[in-house]
Amino acid sequence: MDFLNLIWLIPLFPLAGAASMLFFGKLLDPQPPSTVAVAPGVEPVYEHGHGGHHAHAHATHDHGHSGHDGHEHHHSSPLKALIKIICPGMVLLSFLFSAGAVWQLSQQPERVKQIVQFTWIAGLPFHMANGHLATFSIDWGFLLDPLSSVMILVVTGIGFLIHVYATGYMDHDTGFYRFFGYFNLFIFFMLMLVLANNYGLLFVGWEGVGLCSYLLIGFYFHKKSAGDAGKKAFIVNRVGDAGFVLGMLLMLSVLGTLRFTSVNALLRSGQFAPETAGFGVLSAIALLLFIGATGKSAQFPLYVWLPDAMEGPTPVSALIHAATMVTAGVYMVARSAALFQLTPSTSTVVATVGAFTAILAATIALVQNDIKRVLAYSTVSQLGYMFLALGVGAYWVAVFHLFTHAFFKALLFLCSGSVIHAMGGEQDMRYMGGLKNKIPITHWTMWIGSVAIAGIPGLAGFFSKDEILWQAYSSPQGSKLLWAIGLATAAMTAFYMWRLMNLTFYGKSRVQPEVAAHIHESPAAMTAPLMLLGAGSVFAGWLGTPRLWNLGENFHAFETWLAPSFASAAVEAAKEGEHAASTEWILMGFSVAIAIIGIAVARWFYHHKPEIPDTLETQLKPLHGLLYNKWYVDEIYDFLFVNGLGKGGGRVLGEFDRKIVDGGVNGAGWLTRAGARASMWWDTWIVDGAVRFSSFFIKMLSYPVCILQTGRVQAYAFFVVIGALAFFGYYLAH
Amino acid sequence: MLDTVLFYIFALLVLGGGILTITRRNAVHSAISLIVSLLGVAGLYLTLSAEFLFAVQIVLYVGGIMVLFLFVIMLVNLDQAAKERQFNRQWWVALAAVLAVGGAIGYFLYRGKDAFHFAEAAAGQAASVLGNTEQVADSLFTEYLLPFEIASVLLLVAVVGSVVMAKKRI
Amino acid sequence: MMHPVSTIHYLALSAALLLIGTVGVLTRRNVVIILMSIELILNAVNINLIAFSHALKSVNGQVFAIFVITDAVAEAAVGLGILIALFRNKETVLADEIDLLKW
Repeated sequence: MDFLNLIWLIPLFPLAGAASMLFFGKLLDPQPPSTVAVAPGVEPVYEHGHGGHHAHAHATHDHGHSGHDGHEHHHSSPLKALIKIICPGMVLLSFLFSAGAVWQLSQQPERVKQIVQFTWIAGLPFHMANGHLATFSIDWGFLLDPLSSVMILVVTGIGFLIHVYATGYMDHDTGFYRFFGYFNLFIFFMLMLVLANNYGLLFVGWEGVGLCSYLLIGFYFHKKSAGDAGKKAFIVNRVGDAGFVLGMLLMLSVLGTLRFTSVNALLRSGQFAPETAGFGVLSAIALLLFIGATGKSAQFPLYVWLPDAMEGPTPVSALIHAATMVTAGVYMVARSAALFQLTPSTSTVVATVGAFTAILAATIALVQNDIKRVLAYSTVSQLGYMFLALGVGAYWVAVFHLFTHAFFKALLFLCSGSVIHAMGGEQDMRYMGGLKNKIPITHWTMWIGSVAIAGIPGLAGFFSKDEILWQAYSSPQGSKLLWAIGLATAAMTAFYMWRLMNLTFYGKSRVQPEVAAHIHESPAAMTAPLMLLGAGSVFAGWLGTPRLWNLGENFHAFETWLAPSFASAAVEAAKEGEHAASTEWILMGFSVAIAIIGIAVARWFYHHKPEIPDTLETQLKPLHGLLYNKWYVDEIYDFLFVNGLGKGGGRVLGEFDRKIVDGGVNGAGWLTRAGARASMWWDTWIVDGAVRFSSFFIKMLSYPVCILQTGRVQAYAFFVVIGALAFFGYYLAH
Repeated sequence: MLDTVLFYIFALLVLGGGILTITRRNAVHSAISLIVSLLGVAGLYLTLSAEFLFAVQIVLYVGGIMVLFLFVIMLVNLDQAAKERQFNRQWWVALAAVLAVGGAIGYFLYRGKDAFHFAEAAAGQAASVLGNTEQVADSLFTEYLLPFEIASVLLLVAVVGSVVMAKKRI
Repeated sequence: MMHPVSTIHYLALSAALLLIGTVGVLTRRNVVIILMSIELILNAVNINLIAFSHALKSVNGQVFAIFVITDAVAEAAVGLGILIALFRNKETVLADEIDLLKW
């Protein structure tokens, strides 16, 4: 089977799954009327197993678990199992075809396969900035090269595992078929995004995953907070998308094409000089594209939607907001590597924003109480790492971190979902504790994930994160400051992850009694993916060991595999020789040490001496408040944009409408009335006046004549005589 | 000679009667004065050799119209009217105008007095053997037949009209 | 003595009678007297006609005079009828007081 020519099937399978859910979903999973299921989470009362917990201030509840106390579950039709087979099955098919295609690609001498299926937008001629005539066309084409091959394997592989997990997690939820329909649709759009051969089609996927994110975040649409979170995600994304579109248009104007191969060829041909001094037009393009990436990948200042996105079900958080959608921005910047390589100033911006976001999110994660919030900010922080890597020119490292992060972050989210499932819906870590022996599989897989993210050598996170820190230090575009920020963030990462572990699994149980009675391990559908992802977190990292360790080419395959995509082999080789190996060892030691210290401090704080964090909290109350309230960024945005632009603008426009527009209308009315008055005056005095005057005139003329009409006959006879006299006079005269 | 004297006597009757007619307060006196004037006019007709007309004047005018006048005067009670002012306020204007007309007519007559001498030769020829009445009848029933018939229709209309006008209830 | 009586004298007499009649019509208030003055005028006209008939040795003048008399008869009859009707309605025979057609 020639998988390379069947690339078009890879996105088609999940699309077929989504379409089947659209047409047949209701048939397969009819929703019986259920008093609880109708409003999951609006009135959280006895079903959710944490009836007494309304006092605490967490905002999100993963309310998919209304039925686990056993006395309530709706009878699902046997055909529901079909949904469980169709949708994950479609993703599995995509994964198998992707694997086959990638394998066949690797056998080819030139690892690029581009297929244009058909032309979507036909050629519209237009003038470029330099006056040349170009045609604007977007084709429906697929490009399979090393970069996109990594992406499709991650998307379909981890997507499949999460689908399987979701069959167990979402089993008791209403809207089961709707969920899987959206889920499959998301996989379709994500695959379109990564397989596109031009920016236009990439943008189609970009928007599509934004749409699915909105649909899935607002899955529990009966809850206002879920709907609001969905809207927030979409709107903040939109801000970024505006930049993306502007960047695409500017690219069209300057380069005349949107196709990746053509753009890269133009940029690497030497026509454009690197813009080392300040910002030029290429920097503008790069910056605009980066703004789009900022929105999609939740970097500062457009990261505010990601923590709120935890309103969605946990599988959604795992797949979309950890492994795949948020990495679309990273993928896009990596795809535009040729552009960023020519614009060092924009790369610096990218690195700075990434580093800043990383440390900002890490500080917020230190004090959050909701288990999913901690993981959400952790995601933002790790994405910051990826952009830091992109910014310093280490493109393959960023993709590598994306790869490893997908494994352990998805694992962490799914484990947290398992914990929440076990706790019957409880998400606040202050009411957990001592769960280690009660949910062992969840505990050990989460332990693996935490170790991975903390950067302990041997597991995946260490290799990618350490490489990022090294590149931040050593790359010509890096700096010691960036390295220091990265290191501090790593310390905080280790700390808050172990804080999470301690609060959740170790120590005394702070669980509510009625919840404690129902703690149970998750079903196999959920634990199996956990274990597979755990294995991945352990072994995935070994594909990118540092050259320093000299373990042979196989353990360094990731970089070599991706090298053709970035045409950076020569650059990498040049960079390798600039710093001494000893520096690298020392820095590696630093990052390991800092991770161990972070873990130890967390253990000390939360396991041995739990009163210390409480004391710190009360003593450093302002600082704690600042961190707990996310640096008040949401409040600032609210004030500036929602109230300022939104309501303020609304007020201004309202005044405009009332005063000027309505004023104009009222003025027109007044003018009409005034005109009517003038017209009435004219009619009364001039027109009627003329009529009345004419009658008056005639009357005046007739007065002398009227006097003659006395009514007396003798007077008339007298006039006869006068007439005779007149005749005589006439004859006399003549 | 006789003609002259007769003329002046009849002229005096006519004018005197006329003046009396228009100046009497009592309507009956006025009517009697008018009769006198009409008799004088009849006499003038006679001097002008219009015998038939003399007879017609007496019979019709005096005997018919004046009798009618007197009847109507009796019918309409004019005692109250007799006590009123007889002449209207504009009498002097009327008098002036009439005097002016009279002056004009006098002037015309004076200027044209020579034109009223007609040739006597017409007397010799066509000396008709017929008497005046026959001559008038001759002319009336041959040459002026149509006006005669129309005049009779006029009289018929006048009869009907006066009867209708005088009825108390139509 | 004067000149022999000629046509002129009759014309002058006729003119004088006409004027007298006119004065009567224009001046008197009593309608009966006005009607009588109209008769005077008609008679003046007749005198004129007969005088000329005599002077011209023609009988036409006399025939015309007959018609005038006929006319005067008719008019006097109708006029008196109107007077009676007027007296019945307005209780007055004074021409001054009958000004219903005043503007």
